[in-house]
Amino acid sequence: MADLALSFSRRPVAMRHPSVVIFIGALALFTIAVTILAEGFGIGVISNSFVKTLGKTLCLCLVALAMDLVWGYTGILSLGHMAFFGIGGYAIGMWLMYARTETIVVQSLASAPLPPTPQEISDGIATQIFGVVGASEFPPIWAFAHSLPLQLAAVVLVPGLLALIFGWLAFRSRVTGVYLSILTQALTLALSLYLFQNDSGLRGNNGLSGLQNLPGLDDVPQSTVSMWFFWASAIALGTAYLLCTWLVSGKFGSVLRAIRDDETRVRFLGYSVEAYKLFIFTFTAIIAGIAGAIYYPQAGIVNPAELAPIASIYLAVWVAIGGRGRLYGAVIGAALVSLLSTWFTGGQAPNIRLGGYVISWVDWWTVLLGLSFVCVTLFAPRGIGGLFDHLAKLRSPKRRGAPLGPDAGALREKEADQ
Amino acid sequence: MVAALRVVLACVMLVLPLPMLAQDTGAPIQRLLQEHGDVIVKSSRKTIQPAIDALAASGLPEARDVLNRWREKEMWVNKDTGTFVFAEKAPEKQLLLFDVAGSAEIGLAEAKAYRQLKPNSGIRGLISAALVQFQLSDPSPAFRLAALNAIERDPDASHLSALRAVMDSETQPSLKVRIARLERLLTIQFDQDDSARIAAIEGFQGDLGVDLRAVLSPLVVTKIDAAETLPDGALVVEVGTDSLPTAAAYDMLVAKDLAAPHVTSDALRAALIENIDGTTVAGVQVATLNTDEARLKAYAELAREGTVPPVISNSDVLQTLEQFVFFQTFIGAPPAVALAAQAALLDIETKLALSQTADLALDALSLASIYFLAAIGLAITFGVMGVINMAHGEFIMMGAYTGYVVQLFVPDHTLSILLAIPLAFAVTFSAGVAMERLVIRWLYNRPLETLLATFGVSIALQQIAKNIFGTQARPLTSPDWLDGSWVINDVISISYIRIAIFVLALLFLALFLFVMNRTRLGLEVRAVTQNPRMAASMGINPDKINMLTFGFGSGIAGIAGVAIGLYAKVTSEMGTDYIVQSFMTVVVGGVGNIWGTLLGASMVGVLQKGIEWFNPSNTLAAQTYMILFIILFIQFRPRGIIALKGRAAEA
Repeated sequence: MADLALSFSRRPVAMRHPSVVIFIGALALFTIAVTILAEGFGIGVISNSFVKTLGKTLCLCLVALAMDLVWGYTGILSLGHMAFFGIGGYAIGMWLMYARTETIVVQSLASAPLPPTPQEISDGIATQIFGVVGASEFPPIWAFAHSLPLQLAAVVLVPGLLALIFGWLAFRSRVTGVYLSILTQALTLALSLYLFQNDSGLRGNNGLSGLQNLPGLDDVPQSTVSMWFFWASAIALGTAYLLCTWLVSGKFGSVLRAIRDDETRVRFLGYSVEAYKLFIFTFTAIIAGIAGAIYYPQAGIVNPAELAPIASIYLAVWVAIGGRGRLYGAVIGAALVSLLSTWFTGGQAPNIRLGGYVISWVDWWTVLLGLSFVCVTLFAPRGIGGLFDHLAKLRSPKRRGAPLGPDAGALREKEADQ
Repeated sequence: MVAALRVVLACVMLVLPLPMLAQDTGAPIQRLLQEHGDVIVKSSRKTIQPAIDALAASGLPEARDVLNRWREKEMWVNKDTGTFVFAEKAPEKQLLLFDVAGSAEIGLAEAKAYRQLKPNSGIRGLISAALVQFQLSDPSPAFRLAALNAIERDPDASHLSALRAVMDSETQPSLKVRIARLERLLTIQFDQDDSARIAAIEGFQGDLGVDLRAVLSPLVVTKIDAAETLPDGALVVEVGTDSLPTAAAYDMLVAKDLAAPHVTSDALRAALIENIDGTTVAGVQVATLNTDEARLKAYAELAREGTVPPVISNSDVLQTLEQFVFFQTFIGAPPAVALAAQAALLDIETKLALSQTADLALDALSLASIYFLAAIGLAITFGVMGVINMAHGEFIMMGAYTGYVVQLFVPDHTLSILLAIPLAFAVTFSAGVAMERLVIRWLYNRPLETLLATFGVSIALQQIAKNIFGTQARPLTSPDWLDGSWVINDVISISYIRIAIFVLALLFLALFLFVMNRTRLGLEVRAVTQNPRMAASMGINPDKINMLTFGFGSGIAGIAGVAIGLYAKVTSEMGTDYIVQSFMTVVVGGVGNIWGTLLGASMVGVLQKGIEWFNPSNTLAAQTYMILFIILFIQFRPRGIIALKGRAAEA
């Protein structure tokens, strides 16, 4: 409602969306603070691995942003966005692994009496990469692995095309709601099962490894490299945040929210609902792919387990806890839950003694997460982001018990107040 | 020297004069042993065969005893005279001797004058093989059975006559059948007369036995060979076809020294390296040799100088191949027998393919019943009530763990399973009711959020199970009477557990139909799901009905868990293996219709087995393609195979 009132005025963007200014400012401050405190260019208070964790968290925030756009704004509960994230990782990982192995192979062949032929180099790389799955030839899927620009294009194109084809099929036949969720989950499962095979051409369950080493930059210390990736993550998150804000604040965003609230009515008003959904599904898949491409070089390894359906479910959990339908909510949720998760599962949280039984958080964190997720769904559908509403005294007007939305599935006033 | 020997001999004669005299050195068996004395004493597996054959074929009544005792290391030989005796160790380093002919006791003797024959395991095996023919006519059926088993394991040409000898005299019907079959099989393998072998092969028509296939397949082995002219009776093989690619044909000529070997890229490289002269090879700069063309050029230069053999080009290969003719010959048997065997094998393969299809259908059926079992609870909670319960898989897991815990306390497997089924129902029923009361009740109008909340429950339940039972798989042992499988022929078989699961799936179907269509509860459930307000005004309590229905669906998932636990291992993650497939089954079949679920389960099961049949080594791929197929299927029938029509579909 606030959007509707303000969109008619011509005030500057910063005035219309104060949250954007606050968010970008906070992100910039955070980046500068980490840069000063880290080893790479600063005083070295923060360890290198923690910088990587922070950089990875920013990437997770980025994919959560995509999830919020597709679920919180458009109402498509996709359980497949972490698969697009993983595909992005695989795409960049192929080049990283190829190029790095190439340097190693060329070095080892340099001492041979004859200069190596291109075929010999390629065979050497293939043996190095595929030795673990008992193959020594490049599968066709690696045809572009030698070229960084082509693989970077793949980061965008493969998730985008996959989402486009799947979305076109699904939206065209009006698969909606939970059916679509289950279908996306099945797609994710199929993809991860496919990658688990040794003859998928992507090293089966070994996945791609050694991605933290940038080819040709062996002299640059890891602390510097991780700072580069941290900056890249921050810039990507900031840019995507601005882009998403722009997307959801105009008329386009209003149509998206209308689709979420009552798809049929929007269709009757003459909008091509399928085209809107298809665009947003593909667009967010591309964001997820890019996020994955920045995430996995920091993680160092990508394997099919990362694409398992449970990862996408966790993504939904982050967004729900952070607060659907507001961009900063998704970012807060992803950052908070994934950092807490690292803290608890890393064994740093103190164990609780309950008489004879010791609650070890490594074991019980998932239980806590699951139950708190249930509680958030039941008692606080707005998630953490809802707290900001309380702070800003932004509360829905009293509607005297009337439903907020037109159909039986829409929020009731009582729930909306929580 | 000779004198010294005489003295020693005399001493020996003095020490053991009597036993030697009491032995019948002229008995035929002793003479036979003496004849092969050297070989027997030498005890080498390579040379022993004639001695064993001679003993076995001698027809002497003592032969069996001799072979038996020899194998048991009870035969000794006199170091001087070379006479063989049976001996048992007696106290004070003495031996109690028996005559090899008739086993009459001879008396005691000093052990050091005799040498024990210690046949190694290889020789013992040969002796055992020879003994088989004696065992075949043994009065005890157990011995005869053991002999047949021995022949089956390691058949030999000599067994054929032994089998034929006892074929008619055998009195036990079951043994008689086996002897007859073995005799036919051995005839195929070892008979000298080709027509007898062919007759035996043809006699087996319609048989699918593994033993028969094992006998026949070596007979049809062919070998491809090359010569300048075609020998008689050989089949010409075209070069460049699948059975003989050009490269293989040329390699064959190379192996027979009929053609010059290819220069492989490794050999080429090695030759170049060998001929490096400073910074050049044959006048070419080494640094420029980084492509295959440059290397070939340099090599050609070397070949022109005559330092290395020239590269064989493709036209050379073809030219060489034209000079020879390639043919295949049967090496396992004479052509007539081999052709008969080939025809028989072809016949078997056709029948085998039919049987395999039937077996595959059975497999698909049992997989379908497993999916149906996993999905039937969902058909109630999702299909009838419209509640998305992502923790359904965890209810299956809870049921399986209930079975495991019951088995910890009740060791009797039959009793424990009978106890586990109602207990699993009770546990998951309560869990389902609790979940409905605490979570789902508040979300009836918001299906997406039901999905999320039940995900939360699913994650928590899975981790709790992991914390309690650990990550390793726990066994749920089936009762003895469910072990083993029902074998129809050598190909078609199905384990009893799978049959039990199938029966259980049918029972559940009947139970579901009965509860839904014939009971008050079913009526009220249908009323509440169609129109809760109207049902409430008719005096039905919708809250209570929803709670009971959800509990019922969850309880059935628990029982399914016990059944699935018997068939697969019980782990905390077993639920996730079934949840997606279960939803697929319900969605594909058509929500809200149990027959649809049945059809969906059959389709998913048949599809998965069908895809596995194309690529048997890869179940992962089968699952992937199955899911993709289902995604496509839903595009064309979004409401499933059996779609609800009318008002019920809109609800």
